[in-house]
Amino acid sequence: MTAATELRPSVGQRLAGLARTLISPRGAVFLLLVVLLVAIAALNPSFAEPSQFIRFIQRVAPVAIVAIGQYFVIVGGEFDLSMGSVVTAQVVIAGNLIGQDEAKALPVLALMLGFGALIGLVNGLIVSFLKVPSFIVTLGMMLALLGAVLYWTGGAATGNPADGFREIGRGGIRGIPVIDILPWSVVILVVVLALAVWFAKRPFGRTIIALGDNPTTARFSGTRSWWVKTSTFMISSLSATVAGVLLVGYAGVHPSVGRGYEFTAITAVVLGGVVLGGGRGWVVAAAAGAFALEALFTLLNFAGVPSTYRDAVQGAIIILAVAYSATTFRARRRGRALEAPAGQSPGTPPPQAAPETSPASGAKTDDSPETPATPAPIPSTQRADNETKGGS
Amino acid sequence: MSAATPAARRRRGRLDSSLIVGIALVVVIAIGAILVATVGRNFFSPGNIRDILTGMSVLGFVAIGQTLVVLCASLDLSVLYVISLSSLIAADLMAGNPANIPLALAASLGVAALIGLANGLIVTKLKVNGFIATLGTGLIIKGFLDSNYKGTSGDVPMEFRLIGATGLGPVPVSTILMLAVAELVWLFLGRTRTGHHIYAVGGNEQVARLSGIRTARPVIAAHVLCSMSAALAGLLLASRSGVGNPTFGAQGGYDLLSIAAVVLGGTLLLGGRGSVWGTIGGVAIFAVVDNVMSVMQVNPFLKDVVRGIVIVAAVAVYASRSVERRRPRFDAGGAPPAPAAASPAAVDPAATTEGAAR
Repeated sequence: MTAATELRPSVGQRLAGLARTLISPRGAVFLLLVVLLVAIAALNPSFAEPSQFIRFIQRVAPVAIVAIGQYFVIVGGEFDLSMGSVVTAQVVIAGNLIGQDEAKALPVLALMLGFGALIGLVNGLIVSFLKVPSFIVTLGMMLALLGAVLYWTGGAATGNPADGFREIGRGGIRGIPVIDILPWSVVILVVVLALAVWFAKRPFGRTIIALGDNPTTARFSGTRSWWVKTSTFMISSLSATVAGVLLVGYAGVHPSVGRGYEFTAITAVVLGGVVLGGGRGWVVAAAAGAFALEALFTLLNFAGVPSTYRDAVQGAIIILAVAYSATTFRARRRGRALEAPAGQSPGTPPPQAAPETSPASGAKTDDSPETPATPAPIPSTQRADNETKGGS
Repeated sequence: MSAATPAARRRRGRLDSSLIVGIALVVVIAIGAILVATVGRNFFSPGNIRDILTGMSVLGFVAIGQTLVVLCASLDLSVLYVISLSSLIAADLMAGNPANIPLALAASLGVAALIGLANGLIVTKLKVNGFIATLGTGLIIKGFLDSNYKGTSGDVPMEFRLIGATGLGPVPVSTILMLAVAELVWLFLGRTRTGHHIYAVGGNEQVARLSGIRTARPVIAAHVLCSMSAALAGLLLASRSGVGNPTFGAQGGYDLLSIAAVVLGGTLLLGGRGSVWGTIGGVAIFAVVDNVMSVMQVNPFLKDVVRGIVIVAAVAVYASRSVERRRPRFDAGGAPPAPAAASPAAVDPAATTEGAAR
């Protein structure tokens, strides 16, 4: 994963490297996930059975897919608050247009994908060309789309798609030896995740990260920012569409399906160590963030915590997780790795660290303190690691 | 810093951004008046004006506080639950007895200040992004509200209800109070050291720190004041309805709407530029649009569609223009060419990038 782990020769050092990755912000989410899963299994041993566990993955699949879509937007330096409404809209479209006619399933599916791409296109074009902050654009889209859907349905649950279509969300390949049933959702999640990993490794995916890290350098190096930005919004809307298709089968048709998904997705992505404001993060960690969040809910459920306190615990965990990753990241950037005390007051940097920490460009290079702010001539966005950009 | 010229320039810059919002507001009012006239009603009747001003006051309180936080390049999503919590605390403590009003006011504002302090400390000391920090504290408060309150609670005495019910002519008292708070915040931002520091830290935290500002304090102050003004909104809602209600905030969707109003008012979401009066203009645009739709009896679901389009369209109309025309705040303060010549390259390109990125 990191260069450090690959270069170390001996097994012991390799393990140490792995351990360091696990407690680093990048790997912390995986550690958190494992701890949560072990805790759940301890409380409820049947959870660890393969058939139960695959059900858990099935339940997480829509959230994880939405989080993967949100990852691309966030790592590109923007927000997408319209995802929840897109999920709702797609669920309602499926419910109303497919009806009991199985033959309509494919055309309507194509329509839904087209609609999802269109929403993303509109979001992206407004952000790129009208220079409206993405927070505002997608907030407006969220209100408008939800209002339109509720107006269409009259605010009540209407329509019920054919069972063949709902099979995608609730059915699966039966008769598999160990896990009994392999739900389609899990298959789709794996495919989406594989696609996302592949896409993030491609030059285009790296351009998204470059754009999120520093729009100016990305522009200087010849990026068509508007197209990169727009495509991230299209990816996120399409992933919301896929999640909507799964949720139709799993949760049924109701205008409240998908509500709050945008915040859940952002939370999951941030829990996965992706930095709001763009430029840093790993898509698999974002998906793992969704799993950790859902595992947390499951754990609270099994532990008998009253459902009303669930929000409070969720809030506390989010703050702690992000605070942990923020403070460790800062410690690392000062060239003093993890063993250094993390929480140093920002107001009083030690004198010898000053030339290195003062320009953000120096801090960004993430190397030894001897190199003084190498990329100083390249304009830097001069923001602290965790600062909201909200889109420019 | 020599006082006269920078102050004058800054005032002119502020006027510019407010002017754009003002023009947008006039356009919205004109269109609204024509639309209302087509259904045979008078937009400028005293009753209608009172409705608009009443609609402004609650969102106005929230948005004033939100302005301070957004100026620091942070966000506050917890206002929604602070509103509900303060209304409940006040209504419970008053319990129908006018003698308890001061205590109730102090308690709810105090609790709100503590929440704001927590937000500010999490943002500045733990370095958690404002979006996530306040989302988290908001969820914590939501958990507390959901587990301790089953529904409306408390009883607000008549004396306190008068605040929400009376008016001077067509102008409700609540709106006057809201405008007074806006004036105070305007003075705070323009005349006090902390106010100037809020702009400085929001504009560029690194530069602010290198100029010797303790960057944490203005951010904490902004969060505390934001939560307190959200509490004022909650108190106003309590005085209007006579009870405290754990769903006051969620019903209004005040978290996102207040941010939208702030941005509508010409404040940059990135921080560092904007004004309170612009925000009031943004709130007024919302109130006028809502009022016109109510008078024309638009379907409530379609209202959301219109609201969403208005938010994006209004920001789009002046976003690109104001972004390019307004000069970076700190160029106005010190002579622009000086830092380029004097300071090391590391600081200067960053400043230009900020300008370009906006």
